[in-house]
Amino acid sequence: MSTPQPAAAGAPLLEVEDLKVGFGPRGHVNEVVHGISFAVESGKCLAIVGESGSGKTVTARTLVGLTGERSQVEAGKLDLGGRSLLGLSGRRWREVRGAEIGFVLQDALVSLDPLRKVGQEIAEPLRIHGWGERSGRRQRVIDLLTEVGVPEPELRARQLPHELSGGLRQRALIAAAIALDPSLLIADEPTTALDVTVQAQILELLQRTKERGRGLILISHDLAVVSRLADHVAVMRLGEIVEQGPVEQILRSPRHRYTRALLDAVPAAHSKGTRLAPRVAGAYIPAGDPQVPTVAGRAPIITAENLVKSFRGPDGTSRTAVDHVSLEIRPGETLGIVGESGSGKTTTARIILALIDPDGGNVTLRGKAWTTLKEKDRRQRRRRVSVVYQDPLSSFDPRWTVRRIVDDAIAEEDYRGKEARLGRVRELLGHVGIGPDLLDRRPLQLSGGQRQRVAIARALAPQPELIVCDEPVSALDVSIQAQVLDLLADLQSELKVAYLFISHDLGVIYHVSDCVLVMKDGRVVESGSAEQIFNSPQAEYTQKLLAALPRLDRTEPERKAVPA
Amino acid sequence: MATAIDPTVGGLPLPGGPAPARTGVLARVRGIRPAVALSVLFLAIIAIAALVPSLLTKGNPLAVNLGHSLQSPSLEFPFGTDQSGRSVYTRVIYGARESVLIGLGATAVGLGLAALLGVAAGLGGKWVDGAINRLLEVLFSFPGLLLALFLVAIFGSGVSTQIIAVGVASAPGYARMIRGQVLQVKGADYVIASRALGHKPSRTLFKNILPNAFRPLVVLATLGVGQSIVWASALSFLGLGVAPPKPEWGAMLDAGKDYIQTAWWLELFPGAAIVAFTLAASCLGRYLQRRIEGETF
Amino acid sequence: MSATPSITAGGALEAPPRRRIPGQVVLRRLVGALLVLWAAATLCFAMQELSPGNKALAILGGSGARPPQEQIEATEEKYGLNDPILQRYTRFIGNLATGDLGTSYQYKQPVTSLISEQVGPTLVLVLVSTLLAWVIAVPITLLTAGRGRLRSSFGSGFEAFFAGMPPYWLGLVLLVVFAFELGWFPAIGGTSPDALLLPALTLALPLAGFLGQVTRDEFERGLKQPFAVSARTRGASEAEVRRRHVLRHALLPGVTLTGWAIGATISGAVLVEVIYARPGLGQVLVNAVSNQDLPVVVGITMLVALIYVVVNLLVDLLYVVVDPRLRTATGVA
Repeated sequence: MSTPQPAAAGAPLLEVEDLKVGFGPRGHVNEVVHGISFAVESGKCLAIVGESGSGKTVTARTLVGLTGERSQVEAGKLDLGGRSLLGLSGRRWREVRGAEIGFVLQDALVSLDPLRKVGQEIAEPLRIHGWGERSGRRQRVIDLLTEVGVPEPELRARQLPHELSGGLRQRALIAAAIALDPSLLIADEPTTALDVTVQAQILELLQRTKERGRGLILISHDLAVVSRLADHVAVMRLGEIVEQGPVEQILRSPRHRYTRALLDAVPAAHSKGTRLAPRVAGAYIPAGDPQVPTVAGRAPIITAENLVKSFRGPDGTSRTAVDHVSLEIRPGETLGIVGESGSGKTTTARIILALIDPDGGNVTLRGKAWTTLKEKDRRQRRRRVSVVYQDPLSSFDPRWTVRRIVDDAIAEEDYRGKEARLGRVRELLGHVGIGPDLLDRRPLQLSGGQRQRVAIARALAPQPELIVCDEPVSALDVSIQAQVLDLLADLQSELKVAYLFISHDLGVIYHVSDCVLVMKDGRVVESGSAEQIFNSPQAEYTQKLLAALPRLDRTEPERKAVPA
Repeated sequence: MATAIDPTVGGLPLPGGPAPARTGVLARVRGIRPAVALSVLFLAIIAIAALVPSLLTKGNPLAVNLGHSLQSPSLEFPFGTDQSGRSVYTRVIYGARESVLIGLGATAVGLGLAALLGVAAGLGGKWVDGAINRLLEVLFSFPGLLLALFLVAIFGSGVSTQIIAVGVASAPGYARMIRGQVLQVKGADYVIASRALGHKPSRTLFKNILPNAFRPLVVLATLGVGQSIVWASALSFLGLGVAPPKPEWGAMLDAGKDYIQTAWWLELFPGAAIVAFTLAASCLGRYLQRRIEGETF
Repeated sequence: MSATPSITAGGALEAPPRRRIPGQVVLRRLVGALLVLWAAATLCFAMQELSPGNKALAILGGSGARPPQEQIEATEEKYGLNDPILQRYTRFIGNLATGDLGTSYQYKQPVTSLISEQVGPTLVLVLVSTLLAWVIAVPITLLTAGRGRLRSSFGSGFEAFFAGMPPYWLGLVLLVVFAFELGWFPAIGGTSPDALLLPALTLALPLAGFLGQVTRDEFERGLKQPFAVSARTRGASEAEVRRRHVLRHALLPGVTLTGWAIGATISGAVLVEVIYARPGLGQVLVNAVSNQDLPVVVGITMLVALIYVVVNLLVDLLYVVVDPRLRTATGVA
């Protein structure tokens, strides 16, 4: 094993100065990282935080020399353990990768070769760097799997990646990265797409490598996730580090506006009625009263009783996705449903939308039959309940322009004539802060935030009483997420529309909901007001979820007004 | 300062935002590769040859002149002459109409039949889908030319049989693709969204499902015409399609094969016309495919 | 099935509760294949019924012949042409099941013996061509896919050029160049190995182009997959990434397509056999088609359908060997 000699006392393990990365042919280089500097010490964790397009992933890949052949990398200094990595040959780079620097990619389902056994994948760095004999390597793989907390390591080593759960796959990926005990481990979004409880376990595992005295670089879009682990935080935006420093300083007294905006955008820190982002210029809605409208006592829009739904799997076994779920949604109120993947929250939403029929129980809309109706009779009343999907892009006909997408949702009897309808389309888009210049764009030509705004405009078009929001912000960057959540809040206070809000993110649910339903394995484990669920959870599962929820370690009330 | 990259490593997918909208005529024209431009040019020439062949040649494709028989290519006869002294160049030009018409006809028959089967399977529910799927599976076991030959054996040779036979033989492949497309579109989120808006099924069908399911047909048709000409010419080549004196590329190959030891030009030029047409069509088809995929997903 | 043992070999792992027994899978596929064959036979029968020509006339020498009425009636009686349709259908299926394909109208010989003399050379040609196609396609992919613009466009240009190439024309060109001009190979006839090369090449080049296109697409996609990036971050060289990770993924779609390709190659073989005047099913079939000798056409069609179904059955089973995910079907990948 080739762990580099410890550098002179006090010198950091990795030192990067004035790193610039660009893509494209010489002379037409499009620079995406503009001269950043940072350092990592042994036994410490540096978190590089940024949203999409910030250059954080490119930076991480530069550290292992994997930016691709069309890239240009320049740096004043790029030293690992006192030795420069600049100008290494392909062969020398390969000696560094896996042995001196371990790298964990996100999304372990495709980051492990789906056609090779998990054990083979973990043994790969050992084999490449000539570690031991075949039988010795086999034993080392088992040891590694044990070390990263994979149960039944001998069985798992012989299985294929798809036979493991997401959490186990991520552990296996980490095992491969630390197989040769590299002095530096880089993890690129290691917990994205994992359920929150699994996420906490993976972070703990990474914590252990730090404790073993190795350096750790954590790349993430989520400040709250990294704040548990990081000693230092570097905030990246558009290829530059806008601020870096010890984690306490970044969280408690951020100096840069962008860092503050990022912190404010974290919904978990703020209860309903507080804004997460500065207002978007051009949004038409007047500043609403942040007070939640008092709605108690009014007749519910939706009443669902004892909903049951099971699905038949491809192997013939049946799985109960929704198991005796009852709920009520009142006008102008937000009901949040939170649960991990497979908890049945989306199925519940689809039953309430009458897109699938329940096996048992029923839903009434405004006290009248809803799920028991024939589709033909239901069609008229569908406009009362509309929906915002997780992936707006796939919920739009790819051939249609923004104008047609919104127009399609406006009832024929409400607005007649081309002019009237166009006026209404503009009005709806105005509500969500989309200017008329985007009217003729197709979905693919919009940014993620714009798409979700158009989706909300479409949901508003039928003038619904209830909008079902199925994970509407989970695909968005945190600052965009904040804008969309604020928009939904503004619309609610203005239009008095009710939301059924589905999310895996407890923080988001806390921020948007009046009442909360916690679901697990198709059942409701706990329900109550948002404050109650968060401040005095009764069910063990809710407590576990809350404990796993990444939180910012700073005292809540010292909010400063963000300059618009 | 030094570059610190491993030059042996291929490009990596790096996360990025949505592709910026490429607008403006200039950006579009510049994006077209020379191969695509060349293909379009060639197809345009073939189109002229099919519509007004007299623009490209002064000769008569049927004029026999035994004094000029089997001459190798020269200035007077750029592609040489055949056993009856007819100019091969003139015949290739005049052959474009018959060959292209048969190709287009067969593609239309194939795609029409396929659209019918594919949409029925995609929308007809479990039983219809199952039945059509089995039928397609059975048709697949009579691969390509064999099914066409079988149909010719049943209905006798001739141009109309040729069109129908090649069309029917190509239908199962298209049908399977269209069925997949319909099923994919039917389950798409935007179709569910349309239902959730309370639209009638007929409206969703005509405004969302069919237009999206048929979008790739442009590509299929472009690629298909090339393949249809290849297979229709194969029937002519076997003497089971267009009868010899008529100028048609496959029939010309058939007529020329008896002279192959001495007069290679009888085979080279009609065949080259087929190959060039197929290449141009597939090049254009692939370009259209990229365009459509780029615009949607 | 020879592929069965390796399927059960995967069962060495602890069996997840809802696993299918491979034997059952094989049995289901077999039954499915038989059903397809039966449906194909029914379709053949139905098409024959649709045939507008008079069969007795065809038997007596085609449309040109003018036999006396009593001879037509005698022929119809002898071949059972006037029996009720159901009776003819059951006789047709029954005969098929016992390997009796009827009597050729032209040669007045049993179709079975007519075909069995000719099927050998055709099968040899088809198998050699398919193997040759893979032998050409894989190295071209390995040498050119994802290795810079120049090499890539050379490879994909080669593939596009041959993938759309009509086999009859390619055959003629090869014949002129290598047999007549260069004289390296015998032009015509015979089943000797050196007479096989040009016909096999004629079939293999377009197929190689097609397989190459599919393999290249998959290969280039594989090189960009996160698992390939993962391997690089462990210090794997490009050669290792290609050989150990990407190649296997790239070959998977090709394996599926080989079943289909063998069917297409049989069609192509018909043309090639005519061009090179090779013995085989091709000449017999073309002759039968032009003379509307339906029993021979139906016989050959059914034989090809049988070959197609068997090959695809084998490919399905082979796929399980190549793709380990199918051996351990606990979930959807």
